[in-house]
Amino acid sequence: MSERASFLLKLMAGAGLLFLHLPLAFIVLYAFSTEEKSYQFPPPGYTTRWFAVAWERQDIWAALTLSVQVALIATALALVLGTLAAGALARTRFFGREAISLLIVLPIALPGIVTGISLRSAFAIADIPFSFWTIVLGHATFCIVVVYNNAVARLRRTSPSLIEASMDLGADSFQTFRHVVLPNLATSLLAGGMLAFALSFDEVIVTTFTAGQQTTLPIWMLTELIRPRQRPVTNVVAVFVMAVTFIPILAAYYLTRDTADVAGSGK
Amino acid sequence: MTATTATSPPRTRTSLRGRVSDLLASRPKLLALVLVLPPLLWLGLVYIGSLLALLLQSFYSIDEFTGLVVPEFGLSSYRELLAPANMDIIVRTVTMAALVTLASGVLAFPIAYYAARYAKGRTKAAFYLLIMLPLWSSYLVRVYAWKLILAKEGVLTWAAEETGTLPLLDGILGLPVIGGPSLSVSYIGTFIVFVYLWIPYMILPIQAALERVPRSYLEASADLGARPAETFRTVVLPLAMPGVVAGSIFTFSLTLGDYIAPQIVGPSTYFLGQVVYVQQGTAGNIPLAAAFSVVPIAIMAVYLTVAKRMGAFDAL
Repeated sequence: MSERASFLLKLMAGAGLLFLHLPLAFIVLYAFSTEEKSYQFPPPGYTTRWFAVAWERQDIWAALTLSVQVALIATALALVLGTLAAGALARTRFFGREAISLLIVLPIALPGIVTGISLRSAFAIADIPFSFWTIVLGHATFCIVVVYNNAVARLRRTSPSLIEASMDLGADSFQTFRHVVLPNLATSLLAGGMLAFALSFDEVIVTTFTAGQQTTLPIWMLTELIRPRQRPVTNVVAVFVMAVTFIPILAAYYLTRDTADVAGSGK
Repeated sequence: MTATTATSPPRTRTSLRGRVSDLLASRPKLLALVLVLPPLLWLGLVYIGSLLALLLQSFYSIDEFTGLVVPEFGLSSYRELLAPANMDIIVRTVTMAALVTLASGVLAFPIAYYAARYAKGRTKAAFYLLIMLPLWSSYLVRVYAWKLILAKEGVLTWAAEETGTLPLLDGILGLPVIGGPSLSVSYIGTFIVFVYLWIPYMILPIQAALERVPRSYLEASADLGARPAETFRTVVLPLAMPGVVAGSIFTFSLTLGDYIAPQIVGPSTYFLGQVVYVQQGTAGNIPLAAAFSVVPIAIMAVYLTVAKRMGAFDAL
């Protein structure tokens, strides 16, 4: 087996990566196009005025605010629940452990539409009206797994002797958690939290079932994609959404890259 | 430090906080139970509760005159599912999912193979990031990008004109069933978008499986006289299969349940997910929507059982 890749393999791998990334470049290009009515390529001219137009749009700001609020609260809930689950499942073996870990992964393993329609039917049966909290409920449910994955990997690599040492030195369980376990977990929780934020901020499939008449930023975008009103503004928002999701993903990667459990390998 | 060791604290504490702390420290199973209770309650109530609600709704029916849901147990929604028009939708969606899975496997393999075998150090990190970024980045934006590219006046048509392959493009668009007025409203368009969306889910497990193939196996195979192609076919490929199957779980499941991509890029005919969405929304027929969404769950249950037999879960 030769140590160097054949030209054909390099070509196919390179082409594959290009296929994954080139389309996003066009989104950025189109945000500067002067063409309003079609997706004409190459764009007839370039302008930055759509960024100013988008900035003035109240409906975009409202959708953005809602998305950020939902993502923050869903992330906070997922951080608490995911860390607790990780603490329980990382080392201790007990009856039903496998079933619980499956339960945590399920909301993201089943197609989003199943999660969405399930929540929708539950709200219908229980007569719960759509509200801010119905969106949060759905988002927190599928964000738990992201925090859990990051925290559990870190906990498994943390030596139990650290905890024993802390207890031997007279700290109680709460002090040990506060001063030993939590600092150890910090970066993995930060990474998990950022990925959860990115996931929630961008979620559209479950949200369409739990939002009712409310408009999050992805729902605003979806409406524009199906019935375009002002295409250039949509392009600007798309660039913005791309940037907002890229930053936490990159940050999560750099926070955990020196460790064996790099964040994001499992979605 | 010496001072603390000298006045070592008593082993049993008398305050409530101390007693709770001691109890948890001495009984790891109790601690685990206390920790797991809140997430378990949340997932049990919100998620399992909702899945049960979905199942329950699927057995209800809708009153044809009032349009209200009749909460009586019956199989009418499932009977409706078997209507030829609805069966068409199921067959169409499963076919699409199978084709997307196949194409993703073929396209993902070289990337995963290169990343696992040849990429080292910084290249490897770059590969990882380049595969992971699309996995997490905005789903809608990624679908939208293809609407721009595949539009009649878009990038692809321009590229075809520049390279003189316009007749080829027109030929493809002229094909029955899969063709259409432009790629953005054809099944080919939907297919491309699905492959594009889910390919990272295929790359990562294949790469993980390939990284576990010991180099010595390849050397042994070569020493025994196998040409590189033979080694690939008889050693590498079989060992990578669990990874491929693991990846296919995602590509298949995600295609089955997606209702947004085919709505933005594709013809006006429905896929499974779209029916679920339309039935629960404008049509207000939650029972039929519920019955429809039981279909992907059932298909995935079968798929997962087969995948488990093939050892796919070890590759996740």
